[in-house]
Amino acid sequence: MSGTAETIISVEKLKTYFDTEDGRVMAVDDVTFELKKGETLGIVGESGSGKSVTNLSILRLIPEPPGKIAAGKIIFDGDDLLQLSVEELRKVRGKRIAMVFQDPMTSLNPFLKISTQLTEVTRLHLGHTHGEAREHAIKMLKLVGIPDAEVRIDGYPHELSGGMRQRVMIAMALSCDPELLIADEPTTALDVTIQAQILELIKDLKARMGTSVILITHDLGVVAGMTDHVIVMYAGKIFERARTADLFSRPGNPYTRGLLRSVPDPEHERGEPLYQIPGLPPDLADPPPGCPFAPRCDRTEDICRTEFPPFVELHSGHHSLCHFAREVWEESLQTAGVDRRELEDIRSVDG
Amino acid sequence: MPNSDNLITIDDLQVHYRSGGGLFGGSKTVKAVDGVSLEIKKGETLGLVGESGCGKSTLGRAILRLTEPTSGSVTFDGKDLSALSNDAMREQRRHLQMIFQDPYASLNPRMTVGQIIGEPIRTFGLANGSPDRRVSELMETVGLSPRFIKRYPHEFSGGQRQRIGIARALAVDPDFIVADEPISALDVSIQAQIMNLMQKLQSEKGLTYLFISHDLRAVRHLSDRVAVMYLGRIVELADGRDIYADPLMPYTKALISAVPVPDPAIEAKRERIILKGDVPSPIDPPAGCHFHTRCRYAIPECKTVVPRLVEIKPRHFAACIRINAECADIDANEVNSRGAIQ
Repeated sequence: MSGTAETIISVEKLKTYFDTEDGRVMAVDDVTFELKKGETLGIVGESGSGKSVTNLSILRLIPEPPGKIAAGKIIFDGDDLLQLSVEELRKVRGKRIAMVFQDPMTSLNPFLKISTQLTEVTRLHLGHTHGEAREHAIKMLKLVGIPDAEVRIDGYPHELSGGMRQRVMIAMALSCDPELLIADEPTTALDVTIQAQILELIKDLKARMGTSVILITHDLGVVAGMTDHVIVMYAGKIFERARTADLFSRPGNPYTRGLLRSVPDPEHERGEPLYQIPGLPPDLADPPPGCPFAPRCDRTEDICRTEFPPFVELHSGHHSLCHFAREVWEESLQTAGVDRRELEDIRSVDG
Repeated sequence: MPNSDNLITIDDLQVHYRSGGGLFGGSKTVKAVDGVSLEIKKGETLGLVGESGCGKSTLGRAILRLTEPTSGSVTFDGKDLSALSNDAMREQRRHLQMIFQDPYASLNPRMTVGQIIGEPIRTFGLANGSPDRRVSELMETVGLSPRFIKRYPHEFSGGQRQRIGIARALAVDPDFIVADEPISALDVSIQAQIMNLMQKLQSEKGLTYLFISHDLRAVRHLSDRVAVMYLGRIVELADGRDIYADPLMPYTKALISAVPVPDPAIEAKRERIILKGDVPSPIDPPAGCHFHTRCRYAIPECKTVVPRLVEIKPRHFAACIRINAECADIDANEVNSRGAIQ
């Protein structure tokens, strides 16, 4: 991160919890990151890692109770979104920050025509007249590649395929030309050929409109092709944060390394077992002491079971939450074929 | 002709549904499975891939007669399953089991794990002594602690529930298991656990799998051979390695190129084949080759001629009239034919 580009959003020490029958669950615990204008940030994690709750917190879409955004700041264009009045926040939501969700069928109203749903936002936020809004909606549908947009606009969501519905969601999200698009598993429910179309569409729109994107996904392949920076979340915490290329070639956290190794590689001969991370994610209502990943980690030592790990800076812009972050990172560097001299160079540049 | 190496021989299997109709207009026929012939060898894993609605799950169910085929036959170990009475078929299910995608929907929430895994043992009278002992053994086999025998499905995570589903399928000591998207609903780290478990069980028990999935990476990892399905038909069939390294049919090429690779360096350089449009409706699929509406190599004949699955290279079959054993490379054929026209 050179620091020249302007920051569009910065999240500082965010904490969000839910009160459940089993006690208080820290869904997001001390999460800090920032995103530069025009860049794409990937947030990767398994279910329950806190990746979606982080993004719902940004727009204050956490149902209270049982949830609560307990602490932190979300600075967007100089304002802390957590301090805005509901009225002020409404001007940001859908207009300057837009969201696309995993399942378009549950986010589109099945009883309303596509035209009604698409024109609502621009009439509200851009003050469009009925005619202007409709014209704009057709333009947006064409932009996202819906054939016969003039006809389709008067249809209902159920008349469209899953991929087309996701396109409508993206059209709706981009209607007001937002500065930030948050896409939460936008292609998870889709087939691979349709996923390829939607990802290509997001890339293309990003290039044309300069939108910054936060892409939440569990698919490491999607992250590799779409993002500039990646955050890996586990148990509500950021376990690793790095430039995308660095994270994949030189992971500095045992969890990230395990995730990368557990994806089947087409080059592998059939029959070799996959690397597997043993066990299950922790119960967040009753987290283990020390590092939350320690019970599943392949290089746990005594300290991991008793002390919470530090968030270590390995290299500029590359951080890892681990007692042995530096050792793990150096192992990765060696596997990646970086020799000692280069290693010294990397260090001296950072130093 | 049933070959002795084959555990399952599927011959021209068809599953048609009546759809729509209602008050106005006649009902239409959906050909979910439209003339599939396949052989599954003893001890192998045959992967079956395709997009939603291609008929892969229906094919899996029809093999076990959980969905009645409209025509065609399935031979298991020399017996024609389609000719069996319902009672005789029920008896055969001991040998033919299924693992489902959603382990929660396929487990009775009111039964304990012990009852769920023990039910097939009791139904088929397989226990020597107490079924509970057999259940405990099965739980250990799939990596669940027998301490949990009295717990209910909701007390388990997705991955653990899938282990329960696998233990239930194993309870009758089957020869053949249809695994329908068994890892799709699971997290990445848990997917690896379940794939490893399936492989371990296969080598220990000599199981034969039909592994149905839309995840090409997982299919490549687990399968000896892979069949690609599109709108009810098998369009390509080859060894797992060949189908990845050298896909022949344009649909397979696009499908494989669409899978994101977890390596930013590869992703940056890759030229992805982006297919236009969606999979057409199976209610009224395009004539000729079903894929011609999305295929950039389509020529007029593709709209009328139904391509047959033929052996293009040794053990590598594809259904495309634009390639043949003399010239298997569709891009080369494309250049040649363009050249000839100009």
